[in-house]
Amino acid sequence: MTDDAILRMSGITKTFPGVKALQDVNLVVRRGEIHAICGENGAGKSTLMKVLSGVYPHGSYQGDIHFDGELCRFSGIRDSEKHGIVIIHQELALSPYLSIAENIFLGNERVHRGLIDWNKTNADAADLLARVGLDENPVTPAMDLGVGKQQLVEIAKALSKDVKLLILDEPTAALNDADSAHLLDLLRGLRDEGITCVIISHKLNEIKAIADSTTILRDGRTIETLDMEKDLVTEDRIISGMVGRDLEHRYPEHESNVGEEVLRIEDWTVRSPTQHERLVVSGANLTLRRGEIVGLAGLMGAGRTELAMSVFGRSYGVGITGRIYKDGKEIRVKSVRDAIRNGIAYATEDRKRYGLNLIDDIKRNVSTAGLRKLARRGWVNENEEAHVAERYRKSMNIKAPTVAAVTGKLSGGNQQKVVLSKWMFTDPDVLILDEPTRGIDVGAKYEIYSIINEMADQGKAVLVISSELPELLGICDRIYAMSAGRITGEVSREEATPERLMQYMTRYDEEQVVS
Amino acid sequence: MSSVAPARSDQGEAPAPSRGVADRIFSLNLRQNGIYVAFALIVALFAILTHGDLLSPENMSNVLVQNSYILILAIGMILIIIAGHIDLSVGSVVAACGAISAVLMVNHHMAWPLAVVLTLIAGAIIGAWQGYWIAYFEIPAFIVTLAGMLVFRALTLTVLGNQGIGPFPDQVRTLANGFLPGYFGNVGLGALGGADLFTLLVGVIAVVGIVGTQWRARQGRAGYGQKVEALPLFIVKMALAALVVMFIVIQLARFKNLPVVLVVLTVLVLAYTLVTTRAVFGRHIYAIGGNLQAARLSGIKTKSVVFWLFVNMGVLAALAGIIFAGRLNQAGPTAGTNFELDSIAAAFIGGAAVQGGVGKVVGAITGGLIMAVINNGMSLLGAPSERVMLIKGLVLLAAVAFDIWTKRRAGASR
Repeated sequence: MTDDAILRMSGITKTFPGVKALQDVNLVVRRGEIHAICGENGAGKSTLMKVLSGVYPHGSYQGDIHFDGELCRFSGIRDSEKHGIVIIHQELALSPYLSIAENIFLGNERVHRGLIDWNKTNADAADLLARVGLDENPVTPAMDLGVGKQQLVEIAKALSKDVKLLILDEPTAALNDADSAHLLDLLRGLRDEGITCVIISHKLNEIKAIADSTTILRDGRTIETLDMEKDLVTEDRIISGMVGRDLEHRYPEHESNVGEEVLRIEDWTVRSPTQHERLVVSGANLTLRRGEIVGLAGLMGAGRTELAMSVFGRSYGVGITGRIYKDGKEIRVKSVRDAIRNGIAYATEDRKRYGLNLIDDIKRNVSTAGLRKLARRGWVNENEEAHVAERYRKSMNIKAPTVAAVTGKLSGGNQQKVVLSKWMFTDPDVLILDEPTRGIDVGAKYEIYSIINEMADQGKAVLVISSELPELLGICDRIYAMSAGRITGEVSREEATPERLMQYMTRYDEEQVVS
Repeated sequence: MSSVAPARSDQGEAPAPSRGVADRIFSLNLRQNGIYVAFALIVALFAILTHGDLLSPENMSNVLVQNSYILILAIGMILIIIAGHIDLSVGSVVAACGAISAVLMVNHHMAWPLAVVLTLIAGAIIGAWQGYWIAYFEIPAFIVTLAGMLVFRALTLTVLGNQGIGPFPDQVRTLANGFLPGYFGNVGLGALGGADLFTLLVGVIAVVGIVGTQWRARQGRAGYGQKVEALPLFIVKMALAALVVMFIVIQLARFKNLPVVLVVLTVLVLAYTLVTTRAVFGRHIYAIGGNLQAARLSGIKTKSVVFWLFVNMGVLAALAGIIFAGRLNQAGPTAGTNFELDSIAAAFIGGAAVQGGVGKVVGAITGGLIMAVINNGMSLLGAPSERVMLIKGLVLLAAVAFDIWTKRRAGASR
C-alpha cells in the first residue's frame, strides 16, 4: 500500500459475549485527510473507534493497528493520546463546574514546581481558543457554554495534546446548523494544518461536503471505502452501501388482519428536560390500528424513544403538547398508571436499566405492572401470581427452570421475553416495543418476531421502534421514519425499501433547526 | 446490536459446568439462611461460655425486654433500607417522641391512651416531614435524616427544657417493663419448677398457628401445581420451629410471664412480615429498591411509597420512644443516642443489601437479636464495654462483607 497512510487498521475483530461487534474490519486513513465513517446504528462504528483509541485495550480484540508507521498496542486511552490519537465522544465529557482552561488541561496540567501555573494555564488556553475560533474567556465555567461551544472546547483540549489524528463521534448530532457549519470549517482548517480527522456522522450531506474519503461499515464488517472525489459519490451511493441487500428469511411469515384505528397521536411536541428550548419531538402525528404492526425508523437522536416515552404517561420530557385519541376519544395520559389503565404498554430499549428488577425472580417481574389484577384489597394472591408467570414462561418459551429464577441470570433474549410477558399481562391494546431485539442473538430474535406477530393476531396494535431497517422491513405492515424530532415519512410494506427509508431518516430540513 | 450475531443458543440459565448442583444449593441456602445459622451458633457459643446463664429464664426475659425498642426500630429501618434509603434520625425521633409523651402525660396529666395516640401522630408528622423532602423534593435520605438527627434532638431539648421528665403512669411502665398477669395460675413442670399456665397455653397456640398456616400455604402451593418441599423436610422444619418457640415460652413462663412488649413486638413482626411478603404495598417497596426506574415505568407510585415508608418509620420511632421512656420511667435529653446505628446494623446484619431491594423483617429482627445476644453474653462474661463495641463493629463489617462475597461468587458462576 501507499506510504501516505497515517493509520492502517487491519483484520480487526472484536467480540462481546454472544455478539461479534466487529469482524475482520479494515480501515486505512491517509495523512492529512478527513475520513468519514458511515453505517447504521450498531454497525460497529463506535466500537471500531474505541478499539483505535485504546478504550478497548490491546488483547481484547484481534487484528493490528499501524499508526504513523509503527505497530501500536494501546493499553488505554492515555497511551493512544501519547501517540497523538484523540477521540471526542458524542456525549461531551467536560466537567461542568470547571473553567474552560481547567477543562482543556485536565489531566495534563500546566505545572511549575509541583503547583499549577494559572497564568500559563489561562494564557495557553486563550491561544488554543483562538485557534478553534472560540471567543470566550478561559475562566468561564464550562456549563455556561452551549453545546456547540463545548464541542470547540473539546477540540481545543485535543489540540493541547499535540493531536495527529482527531476522531469525532457524531460531532454535529446536537448542534444547530450555524454551529455545525462553524465546526466543519474548523475541521477543514485543521486539515490544512496537517491534522488528520476521522468523523463518524449520520448526516450524509455533511459527509458529502467535508470528507475526502468515506468508509462504510455494515453489521460489523467493512463494506467499502470510497474516494469522494474520484468516485463521484452521491448520498444515494452511500445509502445503498449502508443498507446492503441481504434480506433473507430471518422473519416469520405473517399476514396481518388490520382493523380499526385504536390510537392516534396528533401534533405531539416534546421538549428536552435538560435544555428546555430544544424540541426533541416536534409536531408528530401517528396512527395505529388494531392488529397492525407499525415500525418507527430513525437514526440515533431522531427522537423515537422520546416520542414513545412521552406518550407513555409523560415518562420523558417537559412541556409536552399534543393530543392522544384512544378508539376515537381523546384521553389524558398524565402518568404511567394512566397509560396502563388506558391500555398502553411500553417495553423499554434498555431492559436492564428500565425494564427489569434484575435481583428479583421471573414471577415478580412479570406481575409488577399488573399486580393489582392479582390482588384483592391490597393483598397479593401469590399462588395465582406463580400460575400466571408459569403460563407466560410456557407460552413465551422463557428458558428457565422455574418462574422463581432470578432475571439477572437470564440471557438477553429470555430477559426480553420476561419484559414482554410483563406488558402482555397488563392486557394492553397498544404495545410500544423499543428495540425489542437489541442485544439478542439470531435464534431468539426469530422468537421475538413470532411473539410480536401473535400480539397483532390478538388484535393489539404494535409499534416497533428499531434501528435495524431489515428488521422493520421484515415484520412491519407500515413504517414511519423520524429525523430530528419530526416524522419525515410514512410508507406501506409494499412501498418500503431501505433506500427510501434511509432518505427519510437522513432528511434534515433547513427550518427544523434545533434552537 | 448487529444482526449477524453468530447463532449461539441461549445459555444464560445453564449451570456453570465447573460447579456441582450440591454446591449451588448449599451456597443459595447459606446466603438465605446464613443469618439464622449464625444466630444459632452465637447463642450456642455464649450459652456454653456463660455455663447456661444466657438461656436462664430471667436473662432471656431481660434480653427481649431490653432490646424491644431497637427491634421495633429495626422493622421500620429494614423497609426503608429495602427501598434503597436510610434513616439516621430515628434516635433523635425516639427522644423527641418520648419527650412529647412525657410532657402530655406528666406535665399535662393527660389520660395515657390519648397521650400515646397523640405521640404516635407526632411521630407520623415527623416522618411525613422527612418523607416529603426525600420523596418529593428528592434530597438524599442521608442528608435529610442527618439534618433530622440534629433538628429532632433540638426539639427534644426544647420540649424537655433540658431536664428529664417523669415519672410515667403505671400503665405505660407496664407496657415497657411489665408482664401479662397470670390468668390461670401456675402449674408444676417437675424439675423445672413452677410455670405460668397462660403463657404455656399461648405458646401451644402459637405453635399450632405456625404449623397450621405453613401447612395451608404448602397445600395452596401444591394445589396450584407448584413444587413444595418434601414432607419429611417439612416435618423436621416444623418440629424445629415448635421446639424453639416452646423453649422460649417455657423459659418465660418459668420467670414471670409474657412481657407485654414481647406481645407488641410479635404482633408487629407478624403484621409487617405479612405486608412485606403479601401486600401490594410491600411488593412495591422491593420493586423500588431493586430498580427504581423500572418500578416507575411499571406504573408504581414510587414517590408516594417512599413518603409513606418514612411516615411509618416515624410512627414506629414514636412507639419505641414511649416504650423507652416508660422503661426508664423518665424522658431524658440523651434518650435514643445511637439507636439509629443499632437499628441500621440490625438490618444489615440481618441480610439487607447495601444497594436496596433485598431484606426481610425477620432477618432484621434476627440481626437485632444477634447484637443483643453479643451485648448480653459479653456483659455476663464481664467484658468491658469497649470490647463489646469492637466485636459488634466487626460483626457488622463481617456480615456485609459476607453478603457481598456470596453475591460476587454467584455473579462469577454465571
